[in-house]
Amino acid sequence: MQRVIRFAIAALAALGGPAAAETLTVYTYDSFTSEWGPGPAVEQAFEADCGCDLEFVGVDDGVAILSRLRLEGARTRADIVLGLDMNLVAEARATGLLAPHGLDLSGLSVPLPADMLDELFVPYDWGYFAFVYDSELLPVPPASLRALVDDSDAEILIQDPRTSTPGLGLLLWLREVYGDEAAAAWHRLRPRIVTVTSGWSEAYGLFLEGEAPMVLSYTTSPAYHMISEGEDRYQAASFAEGHYLQVEVAAKVATTDQPDLADRFLAFVLSPGFQDVIPTTNWMYPVVTPAAGLPDAFAALVTPERALLMAPDTVAQSRGAWIDEWLVAMSR
Amino acid sequence: MNSRPTPGVLLPGAGAALALALLVGGALIGLLLAPEGAAAGRPWVDGYVLAVLRFTVWQALLSALLSVGLAVPVARALARRRRFAGRALLLRLLGLPMVVPTIVGVLGIVAIYGRSGLLNEGLGALGVAARLDVYGLSGILIAHVFFNMPFATRLLVQAWAGIPAESWRLASQLGMSGGQVFRLIEAPMLRQTAPGIAGLVFLLCFTSFSVVLVLGGGPPNATLEVAIYQALRFDFDVARVVVLATLQVAVCAVLVGAAGRLARPMPVDQTLAPPVERHDLAGVWSRALDAVAIAAAMAILALPLAAVAAAGLAGPVAAVLADGELWRAALRSLTVGLSAGLLAVALGWGLVSTSRELRARYYRRGAADRLELAGSLVLVVPPFVVGAGLFVLLRPVADVFAIGLILVVLVNALMGLPFVIRILGPPAAQVAERHLRLCDSLGIAGWHRLRLVDWPLLRRPAALALAVCSALAMGDLGVIALFGTPDTRTLPLLLYHRMGSYRMDEAAVTALVLLVLSLLLFVAIERGLGGDADD
Repeated sequence: MQRVIRFAIAALAALGGPAAAETLTVYTYDSFTSEWGPGPAVEQAFEADCGCDLEFVGVDDGVAILSRLRLEGARTRADIVLGLDMNLVAEARATGLLAPHGLDLSGLSVPLPADMLDELFVPYDWGYFAFVYDSELLPVPPASLRALVDDSDAEILIQDPRTSTPGLGLLLWLREVYGDEAAAAWHRLRPRIVTVTSGWSEAYGLFLEGEAPMVLSYTTSPAYHMISEGEDRYQAASFAEGHYLQVEVAAKVATTDQPDLADRFLAFVLSPGFQDVIPTTNWMYPVVTPAAGLPDAFAALVTPERALLMAPDTVAQSRGAWIDEWLVAMSR
Repeated sequence: MNSRPTPGVLLPGAGAALALALLVGGALIGLLLAPEGAAAGRPWVDGYVLAVLRFTVWQALLSALLSVGLAVPVARALARRRRFAGRALLLRLLGLPMVVPTIVGVLGIVAIYGRSGLLNEGLGALGVAARLDVYGLSGILIAHVFFNMPFATRLLVQAWAGIPAESWRLASQLGMSGGQVFRLIEAPMLRQTAPGIAGLVFLLCFTSFSVVLVLGGGPPNATLEVAIYQALRFDFDVARVVVLATLQVAVCAVLVGAAGRLARPMPVDQTLAPPVERHDLAGVWSRALDAVAIAAAMAILALPLAAVAAAGLAGPVAAVLADGELWRAALRSLTVGLSAGLLAVALGWGLVSTSRELRARYYRRGAADRLELAGSLVLVVPPFVVGAGLFVLLRPVADVFAIGLILVVLVNALMGLPFVIRILGPPAAQVAERHLRLCDSLGIAGWHRLRLVDWPLLRRPAALALAVCSALAMGDLGVIALFGTPDTRTLPLLLYHRMGSYRMDEAAVTALVLLVLSLLLFVAIERGLGGDADD
């Protein structure tokens, strides 16, 4: 029996063994790596260029990338993290696990004040959070966040702010609009939240299955349906208070065993090989406009009158308390 | 005769108990001493924790009442009708949810009761506007009934079989009606047995994880286990994990303590008393009632599994089967299942072989009971708390994600242990009582006794125990969700991942593969190791 157990343990250890050398491991969110996401095109283009193996490790969503990095600490296998956003950069910096990218970020088309760009984080795309609705199930969407909370009976699908950057974005969006009344607003909204998923893909999938007429996503999501499906049934609701801005960033992990490959990858992120596929695979605005311009469908999208964004330090200070408050408001 | 037990007798039990104490104790100490354990500027128990506790108790209460409430008419029908077409099939179906991986069952339930599932489509076709929402409490209850109603039914069928034949004979002679039989004979029996069974189901649902993870739909519907997982994996909030785990252990300990008899061994095999002529069964209403109960049970159990099979076969079978990732995950799952099963049986055999010697040779019944109770420890300290504790304890010294599968094996072996003791304990004790003196007088001991006496007689229950534990561990989506990485993904985790990234057609095929492999593993061990059912 002992021999059997010893064999089993050895076999288990072998099954969980490390990956081969010359591999660049990128932690990112699931939808990035999916077959219709940017992952396959990015992998092909970068591998052709570097002669290495680019390995994506997909977790639920953006916030989970930071949690995972924290859990693993200096032992992490990640060489690059891709998919944090401005709401997480202060906390990510505080882990001390990230290294400077050494790239020149001036000249990128990102709607951010210049002082928010720094030596650790490389912005790679951006967009505005929005509720996307199915116009066949919901002909007249709410015209503001306040209307959604207090003056609508539409059911919605959202993501968990503890794992997902859209979920966290909505938490901050309600904060911006309601201030200290945010918890009460969540409590009023709660009965119409069909489910809280841990990642964007699952919520959006449930939305397309018809589980609810509205889902938390991006102003750019309808472009996917227009371009890939020739369908304008799905639209983003324009909210009067303005829309919360998301800028997604990538960074190099300080403990990487492939520093040169990691630098090369970050430079690649700002090159056409990466940027040109972003609009029609990640369905976000690229930070470097493609030579051929954006697809026509992007001109038809909702453009918010006001972009909302909190200072990263404010978010870092209060995220824990606001999430606790959200948990209480969402529980019975 | 009442001499001191020799070390040779105590060794296997003491070794197994020590291993358990190290594992469970280490995990608890790890949790309590975690450096991150101090809550930062937050009350130990806030509104969220209270809400989670309230929901956990509430859903477990409803699940237990529903499961047992539905099991009563089914068990009654099975006890009353000894011969009907499909009886063997129903009995087999009742044993199935034990072996069906939770996440596969959940997928089948979504296919039947979900938004675009069979039930809602049917209601829609009939013009009924109301629709059932499978996310949230209703879905959790449906899934808990699917997994626990059969279990409760099997126990109740045994309880019915325990009614003395004289009672039936008397009822028959007095010409009692069905209603009188129920009031005078069956109801008193139910008052004695049903609360204990409901308590056991309550405990199982109180610690439910994967069902609630998939169907809960967020913070409003989280159980303590799910909240522990989220606090650890999402926020690495050890302070909250400690609070939640303490609450969970406390409630479980109170429950198990209050109903100590719940942990008493219950035979898993069904034995029905020889039939007595029943004159109260011929009425139209009693026939109709039994038919409805039987048909409902069949539908509840068979429909979700049929949906899994149908969706799996309709999916991209060839593409999924050609995917190396699936087979690597399957290999990991089989290895985890077998390792956990073997470990559980080894630990269980250690406890049982010492406890039966203590009973039969030294008449230390109390010590023997306590030793066997140690094996049921996991009922008080739920696997997830052990997993969380090991996670926190080992994090500073080892990469918990790299050794994740080993931890999964350990925790699953713990989860299987109560089953091993229940299945293997009673027959092992019986063998000792019957053959101890003979073995002693012939000088058969140690290895020879194991080979010549125990193995031939205990082969069947040992194989059943190994089959149950291995299948359970293979299909488990519990602690693997905590430790799993893409390198160590098991089949249930791969399936959960595919559902989460909304690759539902691939998920459907993966679910079918997992279901088939689990059943094959179970049957292969039970038949292969246990020998033919007829010998």
